[in-house]
Amino acid sequence: MLAKRIIPCLDVDDGRVKKGVNFVNLTDVGDPIEIAAEYQKQGADELVFLDITATNEHRKTMADIVEGVSSQVFMPLTIGGGVHDVADIQRLLKAGADKVAINSAAVSDPELITKGAEKFGNQCIVVAIDVKKNAGKYLVHTHGGKKATDIDAIEWAKEVVKCGAGELLITSMDKDGTKDGFDIELYQAINQVVNVPIIASGGAGKVEDFTEVFEQADVDGALAASVFHFGELSINDVKQAVRKAGVVVR
Amino acid sequence: MFAIVDYDTGNTRNLKKALNYLGVENELTDDKDKILQAEAVILPGVGAFKAAMAELEKRNLVNILREVAANKTPILGICLGMQLLFDSSQEYGFTKGLGLISGSVEQIPDTGLKIPQMGWNQNRIIQNSPFDSINGQFTYFVHSYYANCDQKNIVSAVDYGPLIPSIVQNKNVIGMQFHPEKSGKVGLELLKTFQKMVKINDFSSN
Repeated sequence: MLAKRIIPCLDVDDGRVKKGVNFVNLTDVGDPIEIAAEYQKQGADELVFLDITATNEHRKTMADIVEGVSSQVFMPLTIGGGVHDVADIQRLLKAGADKVAINSAAVSDPELITKGAEKFGNQCIVVAIDVKKNAGKYLVHTHGGKKATDIDAIEWAKEVVKCGAGELLITSMDKDGTKDGFDIELYQAINQVVNVPIIASGGAGKVEDFTEVFEQADVDGALAASVFHFGELSINDVKQAVRKAGVVVR
Repeated sequence: MFAIVDYDTGNTRNLKKALNYLGVENELTDDKDKILQAEAVILPGVGAFKAAMAELEKRNLVNILREVAANKTPILGICLGMQLLFDSSQEYGFTKGLGLISGSVEQIPDTGLKIPQMGWNQNRIIQNSPFDSINGQFTYFVHSYYANCDQKNIVSAVDYGPLIPSIVQNKNVIGMQFHPEKSGKVGLELLKTFQKMVKINDFSSN
């Protein structure tokens, strides 16, 4: 039986982790390598790095970061943000990424998912979907959540898996930042229609939220950013609580 | 020097990074002489069996790897590299493997679990070996096919539908289905164990 994954997410802006991370033992709170190493020590199962600026220039910086992190930290790395074509995917994989997350580009060019999956294998193509509820419907948003579309998120999840996505990273924009728990209904709905791993993102505030999303929506991983970065929760706290509830974690 | 066989497969560089981190002298190479003279040979691999065997053939490395094994040089196959050590695979049609461990590589049967197996699974030892530290520990897997082989060659295994061998061994030929270079401290420890086995030439356990 696979362990449920606890995944910290780091936003990277021009080579630095944005806003930094508030761990007492870090000498440089913005250094991606140092932060990644600390998360490895804490027992993170995987790390997600999102390039939030993702201009051409920054893309090269991102590859350098992946190169550096993967030389010091030995766990799966997923990189996303500004991935537009097969060359972007290749560059990040070559630098040491295990998986690459495609978001807006998957919407404008779904064939990119297929091309990436055919060339590198489904297992390294993650499709990230930002979801917001509107009039009772889950709708896909792109461009870092700034652009609404009329695409139904549940249908879109089915579609991207058909195209070759090996994993889905689903962010509930309604829940993101609320610390109010994950959007259980959303993940239940998606889990019913796809058979690839699902990572839930948005809403983590307390240890019970993780237990709830694993138990009730049976997602494969749960991602959080600020609660980990600012030490409100440690990965170890989360794992202990989740384990106590009978969920398998590493 | 440890030779990492370079045959244009997936991400071999992460394995190199892990060995560098551990201070194990290594070189990514497809040079026959270097591979034959190496202290140990690591066969990495991500991708499909058939294409990987074709790449090894193209570089005339199939017989070289058999010679390495016959010379009693330690070989460590990782992920697809482990699967290549077996007699054959069913992936995209029957393909012959290196035949260094008997058994065949087959699709993980559908028992309702997600395929590929992608994530951390918990190992248990099937027989005692220098890799005993893996017992109860989680390692990182990404694969859709598994080695169907004799129990005597299985060092450790995980449950994922059927029993999936996680470490296999036939004397100096060892395979790991998971990615030690992606399995945190546990994975690095296992690579160090392999290094120690090479150093003291301890391949007697089965």
